[in-house]
Amino acid sequence: MGDTLVRVRDRFPEHVIDAASAQGDDTVVLRREGIVPVLAFLRDDLGFTLPLDVTAVDLIGMAPGKPESRTPPLHPMYHTQTVPALGQVEGHRFEVVYHLRRMVDGALVRLKVPVREDDCVLPSATGVFKGFDWFEREVFDMFGIRFEGHPNLRRILNYPEFIGHPLRKDYPRRGHQPLLDMPGIEADPVPGRDDTGRAP
Amino acid sequence: MIEKPVDIAPEPEGAPTQYSTINMGPSHPAMHGTVRIRLTLDGEVVKDADIEIGFLHRGFEKMCEAGTWNQVVPYTDRLNYVSPLINNVGYVGAVEKLLGIEVPLRCQYIRVFCSEIARIADHLTAVGAQALEIGAYTPFLWAMQAREELYFLMEFITGARVTTCYTRVGGLRWDLPEGWQDKYLAAEKVVEARVVDMEALLTRNRIFIDRMADVGVIGPQDAVAYGFTGPCLRATGVDYDVRKNLPYLVYDRLDFDVPIGTKGDNLDRYLVRMEEIRQSIRICRQILTDIPEGPVNVDDWRVVLPPKEQVYNTIEGMIAHFELIMKGTPVPKGEAYFAVEGGNGEVGFYVVSDGSGFPYRVHCRPPCFAIMQGLKDMIVGGMLADVIPTFDGINMIGGEIDR
Repeated sequence: MGDTLVRVRDRFPEHVIDAASAQGDDTVVLRREGIVPVLAFLRDDLGFTLPLDVTAVDLIGMAPGKPESRTPPLHPMYHTQTVPALGQVEGHRFEVVYHLRRMVDGALVRLKVPVREDDCVLPSATGVFKGFDWFEREVFDMFGIRFEGHPNLRRILNYPEFIGHPLRKDYPRRGHQPLLDMPGIEADPVPGRDDTGRAP
Repeated sequence: MIEKPVDIAPEPEGAPTQYSTINMGPSHPAMHGTVRIRLTLDGEVVKDADIEIGFLHRGFEKMCEAGTWNQVVPYTDRLNYVSPLINNVGYVGAVEKLLGIEVPLRCQYIRVFCSEIARIADHLTAVGAQALEIGAYTPFLWAMQAREELYFLMEFITGARVTTCYTRVGGLRWDLPEGWQDKYLAAEKVVEARVVDMEALLTRNRIFIDRMADVGVIGPQDAVAYGFTGPCLRATGVDYDVRKNLPYLVYDRLDFDVPIGTKGDNLDRYLVRMEEIRQSIRICRQILTDIPEGPVNVDDWRVVLPPKEQVYNTIEGMIAHFELIMKGTPVPKGEAYFAVEGGNGEVGFYVVSDGSGFPYRVHCRPPCFAIMQGLKDMIVGGMLADVIPTFDGINMIGGEIDR
């Protein structure tokens, strides 16, 4: 375990759920109350000054209790998506992932915050790193995770009238949501349709 | 689309003028890439700017979840479409990091070579367009001429000018074709000559310097806080290059310098890019002599396709081919972040696997996404006419920022 992980864990024992190093990347799993103080600590005391990235992962397809190596699915041409329905997964559904870089030696640290679906709100980190502004907006746009205290939390890649959050696993991969009326294309605003985009 | 009311900065007490709001973009003849900047102007001085992106959003990350790991590579061509080879290298690097495999040395050299060609093309586009914006049309045409030579070279190597799709998980689509050295040297000759010509017309040009120096300034603290990387960060004087600070592939074996600026203005960004073109040529020259012979793909049929003779004539080869096409490479469960130095800065790929042959999640960290956040700071307080050159100095690529 790297020095960074030890220092973060010793400084914030109440916030750190887990800390491990995998493939050379230091990863800390945090409670959401801890994200802002830990980011400030990493920036001020450990020199992780470069904010790289904020993103999220929808873990609904990786439900706990599933076997480690699940049977590989058939070719997407043939298979129908089998995503568990909402509510079947216990605990958190999303993980918000932060990446920071220490420029001197190129060290990377990854922070992960598990978030429940019925309570997907996090404190915004824009007060610590103003560079996380647009990244948090993107996570909000794509996953519907809100950041409390964000100065300007609105959609960034999709248009304001867009319904749903496209990178959630239950959003249809081929859903149609035209902004204008287009002949032959029906609006498909509600998540839950099948993978082909056709009505069930 | 319904217009939402815009927050205009409060008018100063007793001011005789009224602020006007104009839209620059999404489709503006002077803008490279589809982006909308809503400017609040006091006469010709920019008072406020609201930058709106997303017009080229195609759902890259969602599409990636549909195919196998290798089927993502063509999508990465469409991220930064001026230097697609760097995206190819970055994506497969992330998957290989998760797989825990190292590609053969020759493959690493070829990947570095391709990245550097792409970097030259990217920088030529940026400086050429930047010169064009302030009226220097000839250097732009020269830059495009030199870039065209590099695109011919890319076509010779990969089979396509822009949609290269050259790398595969565990190797490359194919080895470099015969005669690549001569083709490269011919292209390099044109690039070097055109770079000299461009510098002769621009670097000491009074008009050019007046328009570029002290325009679009951003300080090193602000740049780092916004997450700047690449030439835009180095122009502010921060010495950070992914190739130097955490060398990937064979960059630690190659000798090159990282130019940095002092003031972080448009002129510094121009000068940094011009010097980086020279350094990239230097790297390519070293690769020409250093590149070893050998295979380009790892010797593992679970990762790379077996040769066609084996597929058609042996049962093992055929099964391996079938498994790889239908089920994909089984990548261990986990996550990895891998970064390469792209044309605009650190291109990072964050991949998550659930243990199957299909990506669970692929996320791209586009460098100009972070840099575009800082555009507001760079243009507010300046003149309207400087918005476009500053915007071009960032070299925003629509495909990359909007994904």
